Amino acid sequence: MAGHSHFSPANVEEHFEFTSEGKKRVIYAFIAGVVALVLGIYLLSKGEAGGHEVANAGHEAVKAGHEAASEHLSGGAISHQPAAEEHYDWTNRIWANVWLNAVFFTGIAIIGMFFVSLQYLTKSGWSSVMKRVPEAFPKFLYITLPILLLVFFFKGDAIFHWMHHGVTEVGNENYDKIIAGKSGYLNKTFFIARLVGFFALWIGLWTVLRKKSLEEDLIGSTDLFNQMVRISTAFIVVFGASSSMFAWDWVMSIDTHWFSTMFGWYMFSSWHVTGLAVITLTILLLKDKGYMAYVNENHLHDLGKLMFAFSIFWTYVWFEQFLLIYYANMPEEIIYFLERWEGHNKIYKTSEILMVFLNFFFPFLVLMTRDAKRTRIFLKIAAFFIIVGHYIDFYQMIMPGVLGGHAGYGLVEFGMVTVFASAFIYIVSDELTKASLIAKNHPFLPEAVHHDI
Amino acid sequence: MSSTTNYILGVYDDEDEVLHAVSEVKSKGIKIEDVFTPFPIHGLDRAVGHERTRLPIAAFMFGVLGLACTLSLISYTMVFDWPMIIGGKDFFALPNWIPVSFEGTVLFTAFGLVITFCISNNLYPGNQPDLLDIRITDDKFVMAINVDKNKKVSADDIKKALKDSGAIEVNVK
Repeated sequence: MAGHSHFSPANVEEHFEFTSEGKKRVIYAFIAGVVALVLGIYLLSKGEAGGHEVANAGHEAVKAGHEAASEHLSGGAISHQPAAEEHYDWTNRIWANVWLNAVFFTGIAIIGMFFVSLQYLTKSGWSSVMKRVPEAFPKFLYITLPILLLVFFFKGDAIFHWMHHGVTEVGNENYDKIIAGKSGYLNKTFFIARLVGFFALWIGLWTVLRKKSLEEDLIGSTDLFNQMVRISTAFIVVFGASSSMFAWDWVMSIDTHWFSTMFGWYMFSSWHVTGLAVITLTILLLKDKGYMAYVNENHLHDLGKLMFAFSIFWTYVWFEQFLLIYYANMPEEIIYFLERWEGHNKIYKTSEILMVFLNFFFPFLVLMTRDAKRTRIFLKIAAFFIIVGHYIDFYQMIMPGVLGGHAGYGLVEFGMVTVFASAFIYIVSDELTKASLIAKNHPFLPEAVHHDI
Repeated sequence: MSSTTNYILGVYDDEDEVLHAVSEVKSKGIKIEDVFTPFPIHGLDRAVGHERTRLPIAAFMFGVLGLACTLSLISYTMVFDWPMIIGGKDFFALPNWIPVSFEGTVLFTAFGLVITFCISNNLYPGNQPDLLDIRITDDKFVMAINVDKNKKVSADDIKKALKDSGAIEVNVK
């Protein structure tokens, strides 16, 4: 009614073309990432810690690493975090990076499914013009599943304290009563069962949803729509449980002694806002290439609002977790934050401050006004820095527990994230070519095309 | 509306018609004062050319005011007037204060906005609204044109333009 557009969805089909030039660019980025990674690993093996920023801190840490663990951890209270120190091996940094990126990109991929499911569950109209973009993301789960499994199988003990030899064995010199008490949940078999089981559900439900969605393009029927609503409902239920459990399994259990009841949704909120930023950025890049002209500033405004709102949600969850622990000030809990704030020669302090700035203050101020949410360049900048900020967030969750004082930002980190990001771009672009960019028989499409806020 | 103002009112009985009429009347160089409708119509403000509300700016300022007031209250009571140690924290324990500051910010913003909105729209108890046409509260759509602000177009031309754009009646008030 408001728009006088003559766009008629029924006869429009738009196919994304992943040009050979585009492919080449992504592959070059991938190769650059691999080169950086190999160089970084070479430097690491030489003991140079492979990176500009770590040149000082890292070098010091490597030297200090041979000394007693308690010496270079301030506060002294960190004495029961010796895992990374005793077993440190320079290759751990590689596995920690693989794990970090696998977890981070698994999150982005599954948030694509979560976003689509949520839209179906709430029977939202506005998002139906863009649903093909998030719908393509979960394809990347096929890449991260084997990576997660392989790292867990072969290098799990480099990452997880609870997988160290003998920690649950009475009488062993490594015996740890606290970890032994958690072994009913934290054991290899159950871990693998959860990982594989939930991934099977995720990928299965996504495959069915995707199939129905493509079928809808051909025949178009409200029956299919209703079926998709039911699949989405099932997925939301599964995701509610699995996102929490994966947060405990993949990230929280690295610091095995420590636990937080808010961790499940802390990690979910981080995943979610990153996913929203990636969806927005993908749509904006597609628009720059001339696709998706029917996605107008009203839809972008809504995406901007979601990024804004969920950045605040992340801050809320992150801060509440911190506040409760800070207020109660119990040694076994506060150690988590002490380690990140002043432990390990304060190497994590800058990241911690930068992360809160990038994940809260920056999107909060940049996306506050209506005009900013309707302007592509502001959205792009905000989305990009939200992604960077949440990468750092995951870095802060994983690295201190795995590497202790040996972490840093260097070629290994840069190379690894480039490799994963370019693989993600390649897989998602390829998946986008397999369907029309507009779901032309979606029952709410006319509503979405005339979306006006 | 003061009685010295002259208004020409076009009465419409369909929201699509009034929406199209707005652009049609405007294309003849006539400035529209306002359009009154019983319910919101998408795109009407943009068609009439209203400026966007400045309420968000007020909201931001009330928020900042609320934050400042709450932080001052807590720091005065807990740090300066009667210093208290709670949970072994410093006197100036900012993280503890964030939830309260947040609540204060929200409270000031909400109340401030409602009060500002009511004042700027003359909404207060006992106010008798000065309606141009009582039927805008029911099922009619009224386009009001201020004659004094349309010196270049004669009143007759305005009336004709309204009629041409589909008004079911044209009144002068």
